[in-house]
Amino acid sequence: MCATCGCSDEATPRVIDLEAPHSHEPGHAHDHAHGPGHGHEHGPEPDPAAPEDGERRTLRLEQEVLARNDRLAERNRGFFEGRELLVLNLMSSPGAGKTTLLERTIRDLGARLPISVIEGDQETVRDAERIRAMGCRVVQVNTGRGCHLDAAMIARAARQLDPPAGSVVFIENVGNLVCPALFDLGDRARVVIASVTEGEDKPLKYPHMFRAGSLLVLNKVDLLPHLSFDVELYLDYVRRVNPALHVVQVSATRGDGLGAWYDWLDAQAATRAPVS
Amino acid sequence: MHELAITESLVAAVSDTVAGARVTRVRLAIGKLSGVAPDSVRFCFDVCAEGTVLEGAHLEIEEPPGMAWCRSCHAEMALDDLIGSCRCGSTDLELRGGQELRIREVELA
Repeated sequence: MCATCGCSDEATPRVIDLEAPHSHEPGHAHDHAHGPGHGHEHGPEPDPAAPEDGERRTLRLEQEVLARNDRLAERNRGFFEGRELLVLNLMSSPGAGKTTLLERTIRDLGARLPISVIEGDQETVRDAERIRAMGCRVVQVNTGRGCHLDAAMIARAARQLDPPAGSVVFIENVGNLVCPALFDLGDRARVVIASVTEGEDKPLKYPHMFRAGSLLVLNKVDLLPHLSFDVELYLDYVRRVNPALHVVQVSATRGDGLGAWYDWLDAQAATRAPVS
Repeated sequence: MHELAITESLVAAVSDTVAGARVTRVRLAIGKLSGVAPDSVRFCFDVCAEGTVLEGAHLEIEEPPGMAWCRSCHAEMALDDLIGSCRCGSTDLELRGGQELRIREVELA
C-alpha cells in the first residue's frame, strides 16, 4: 500500500509519469494530483414533505447516466481551451498503428509543433517508453480492468503532463473499437485509426466508433499489394455509417499519404474553434 | 464491456442524489442506438449495487426505438441500426431518438 494516499486497489486507474522524480515500486506508480475527479456532486435532496411511514416515493431524475463523465469532460475542455491546446482523442482497435503513427508524427513535426502524449493502456508503460524515446513528453494511464479512458483519468493525466500553452496533445485511447466511443474526454476532435489488415467490414460492425470520429486515418496501405482488401468497398461502408467522415490513407512506416494527415493537423491547430 | 463502467456510473449517480435513502427501484432508458446492451447492464447491476443504497433494488429498463431524420429529403423514419438509409437512398441521417442513456426515476423506500 502507498503510505502517502493509502491507495492499494490494483484495479484503480494509474497515472504514470516516466519523468517523475520519485516513483513507487513498479506497477504501483500514481500521482497525487487532486483534479476534477475528486469533486463531489450534490443532486436534488429527497422531498422532505414525502411520507415516511413506510410508503414508497418516486424521485424523477431525468439525468444522463454518464452526466458525471460529461461534466468532467467539459471541465477538461475548458482547461484545454484556456491553454489554447489542440487535444485529439486517437481511437482504434489494438494493433492498428496508433503508436507508430504518433512516433512518425513526432519525428516529422516535433521540431515545429510542440507535441505531448497521454498514453492509455490496460497495463504496461511500453507505449509511453516508445514515445519518450522520441524525445516527447508523455504520461501513461493504466486503466487496470478498464477498457477505455474516461474524463477523470484525463483530468489527472493532463495535470501531470502540464502541456505548454498552444501545443498539441495526443490522447492515445485504449485499443478498442467499442467502449471509447461512449466517453467524452474533453478533446477537440476524435481521430479513428484503422488498418487495411482489419478487413473492409469494420465500419459496419462498429458503427458507433466510426460515427464518433472527425477524421479516419486508414493505415498500413503499404500492405495493400499483399491483401484482398477493397479500398473502395471500405470507403463505401464508411460513408454508409458516417458520410461526413474525412478519410486519409497512410502508411505510418513507409510514409505514404502522411502529408494529408499533417495538413489536417495543421488546419486543426490553426483554428481555435471547437470541431462540431 | 463498457456496460460495467456505465453501471458503476449509474450506481454512483443515484447514490449521490438520494442522500442515503434506500432505493427500491430504478427506471432507466437505454435507447436502441445507444451502443449499450441492456442485458449487460442488468448483469452488472446486482454486482455494482452490492453494499450501496441500491442493493436489492429492482432495475427496469425501457428501450426507446431509433428515430432518424433525412438531411436530403427531410423525411423522418424509424431506424433499427446505425447503418440504415432513407427511402430516398441517402445515408446522411440525423439521429433523433434511440441514443438515450438516462436515469428516468428512482423509487425510495
